Amino acid sequence: MDEPGLILQDLRVTLSGKPMLRLSAHVAPGQVVSVMGPSGAGKSTLLGAVMGTLSPPFAVSGRILLDGRDLAALPVEARQIGILFQDPLLFPHLSVGSNLAFGLPRALRGAARRAAVEKALADVGLNGFASRDPATLSGGQKLRVALMRTLLAAPCALLLDEPFSSLDADRRAQIRSLVFERARAAGLPVLMVTHDPADAQAAGGLVIKLD
Amino acid sequence: MRLRAMPMLTLALLLGPVLAGLVGTLAPAFGILPVIGRVEPGVDAFRALLAWPGLPGAVWLSMVTGLGATVISLVIVMLLVACWSGTRSFAAFRRALSPLLSVPHAAAAFGLAFLVAPSGLVVRLLSPWATGWTQPPDLLIVQDPAGLSLMAGLVVKEVPFLLLMTLAALGQADAVRAETVARSLGHDRPAAWLKAVFPRVYAQIRLPVLVVLAFSMTVVDVALILGPNTPPTLAVQVVRWMNAPDLAMRLQAAAAATLQLALVVAALGLWCLGERVVAWLGRAWIWSGARRAGGAITAALSLALAGSAALTVLAGLGVLAIWSFAGFWRFPSPWPDAMTLGNWVRHWPGVAEALGTTIGISALSTFLALVLAIGCLEAEHRHALRLRARGQWLLYLPLLAPQVAFLPGVQTWMLMLGVKGGVGAVVAAHVIFVFPYVFLSLGDPFRAWDARQATIAHSLGAGPDRVLWAVRLPMLLAPLLTAAAVGFAVSVGQYLPTLLIGGGRVQTVTTEAVALAAGGDRRAIAVWAIVQTGLALLPFALAVGLPRLVWCNRRGLLHG
Repeated sequence: MDEPGLILQDLRVTLSGKPMLRLSAHVAPGQVVSVMGPSGAGKSTLLGAVMGTLSPPFAVSGRILLDGRDLAALPVEARQIGILFQDPLLFPHLSVGSNLAFGLPRALRGAARRAAVEKALADVGLNGFASRDPATLSGGQKLRVALMRTLLAAPCALLLDEPFSSLDADRRAQIRSLVFERARAAGLPVLMVTHDPADAQAAGGLVIKLD
Repeated sequence: MRLRAMPMLTLALLLGPVLAGLVGTLAPAFGILPVIGRVEPGVDAFRALLAWPGLPGAVWLSMVTGLGATVISLVIVMLLVACWSGTRSFAAFRRALSPLLSVPHAAAAFGLAFLVAPSGLVVRLLSPWATGWTQPPDLLIVQDPAGLSLMAGLVVKEVPFLLLMTLAALGQADAVRAETVARSLGHDRPAAWLKAVFPRVYAQIRLPVLVVLAFSMTVVDVALILGPNTPPTLAVQVVRWMNAPDLAMRLQAAAAATLQLALVVAALGLWCLGERVVAWLGRAWIWSGARRAGGAITAALSLALAGSAALTVLAGLGVLAIWSFAGFWRFPSPWPDAMTLGNWVRHWPGVAEALGTTIGISALSTFLALVLAIGCLEAEHRHALRLRARGQWLLYLPLLAPQVAFLPGVQTWMLMLGVKGGVGAVVAAHVIFVFPYVFLSLGDPFRAWDARQATIAHSLGAGPDRVLWAVRLPMLLAPLLTAAAVGFAVSVGQYLPTLLIGGGRVQTVTTEAVALAAGGDRRAIAVWAIVQTGLALLPFALAVGLPRLVWCNRRGLLHG
């Protein structure tokens, strides 16, 4: 059963015994699955279950498999799942460069570490931003840094929690295609939660409706 | 050690001494004190206490000053917030709040005494042109037998405290919108606030109000400075008997401490009864449809009262500062005839020694309290523990239980177990009183921290410890330092724990300053009180300044 990608097998979440969510899905590497639904339909509960951030009185049953690994017993930091929230949430006390280095594997040291950070910035058109204060960046720049911070940690899957809703319309399409492009290039299965049909349409993959 | 056990461990560390202390007070009160060979239970100590002629006066003083100071402070703060929240005058109060809060009780009390005493600044400014006095009048203003100056000294310090607590509560009470709705229904500002917001705010500040009540009834240092002498308040008399060379007097002291505890419990009960009466009257008022609560007059009055409370503390510090440099100063001259550094030079060796001890004790107890508080809050975060209403009461218990009721008991235990009071024991005792304030100060910002930051950091591979040290604590630097400053100021101001648990051998700036109250050396008092104030204020300045310095290049952390 070593099928690659993110597999949700009869995933169920209850809150104090009350059913909140029931879902099965298979997200193949390089593919985007969109989850849509009105607020309160359990979209963020779903992401919490996959990330591993739900704690009692929430209860999760069913299986979550990532490249064949069962994630149930793993803490958030061992699941190797990257996440982008609606806000970029760059760590405000660290420079842009240190934000990027936060999740870089420890094996990269010294000059190699610096080079990886510089290359990531260059890849998204932010050359020379390493020493900047994140608070001085524009919304689109922050999101690009957040994306690269996530990818540098070499995740095995990517979750998107309405990551484009804070951007204005023309920025939005641009950043959206950047994120999808990068995720596809890295061969990541992507699970996106959104309430914007345009996001789902741009993703081009399967759309799951929660209600 | 497992982090999960942290809250229980902390509760044990805090409540253990309080409960053991209460037992240690009750036992001798009922005649059991093995150290001096008394093992037969009996009520002789209470009989001796009843025979003390000062008892009715002391009991009366304790009740009247406690309840009076609490009611007056609460009314001032509620009216001020009702009439002025959101205005520019209110913003001025907000800014003055931290410094006013950190001024130690003893220093504020000395300042008040220096202002209103017969030879104080107020009389000097009015003499002789208005009063005709060329000699200080023979009036007992400070240490008056009715306890009025004691009450005033408590009010000027409790107003800032209750104001701070109210400000914290306002955010959760949806105050602005509720008030707007009530005003749109035709109520004037105070009426709108009192009817629509006050009930919700009061529910949030109830515990701090009860703490103010218990504290005001049993405070020792302020009562030594501003309270009457013959008889003194019950709490002061307990300390006098505790410090008597004859160990047998401890039985009587324990009986008096037990009575004091009963009085506090009775006053708390009385207060809760009063709450019901006020609630009943309030409902009747709301039902009646009356829409006016004095409008502009209430507003002017509340501003005048709260303003004088704040000004009294600041002016008192000013007078203390002048006296600390005063040479010869004739009555009724409003300014010293000569200014000199002599007072400071003369007292500096003693001050320096006490300063070292105080800084050591306060820094260590603040550090320990911070470690416990961070441990508890982090355990709460990692294990999704919730502080229930019951937990909130436990947190406030060391502040509600009168120091004078349980510290003598702790001292009795130390005597029995042969533990010598010293700096270490004093630090441990200070942590009991510092922790609740540190925890309350740090709790809200710690919990308000965006947990998605933790999710992000975890998803980047960071374990819980790295998230705490590399993300959460650095981001919370400003509230951490504020909590540390609060803790330090609380510790600096502690009088009774230092005196009783230190066994009289630990001299801090506070014990030394209060010890001077009985004498009349104004210049010495002024020097010590200024040092005490400076020591409590300095950390607040650092707490404001340091984050600006450390995060000067991180805009996202400067306006949070």
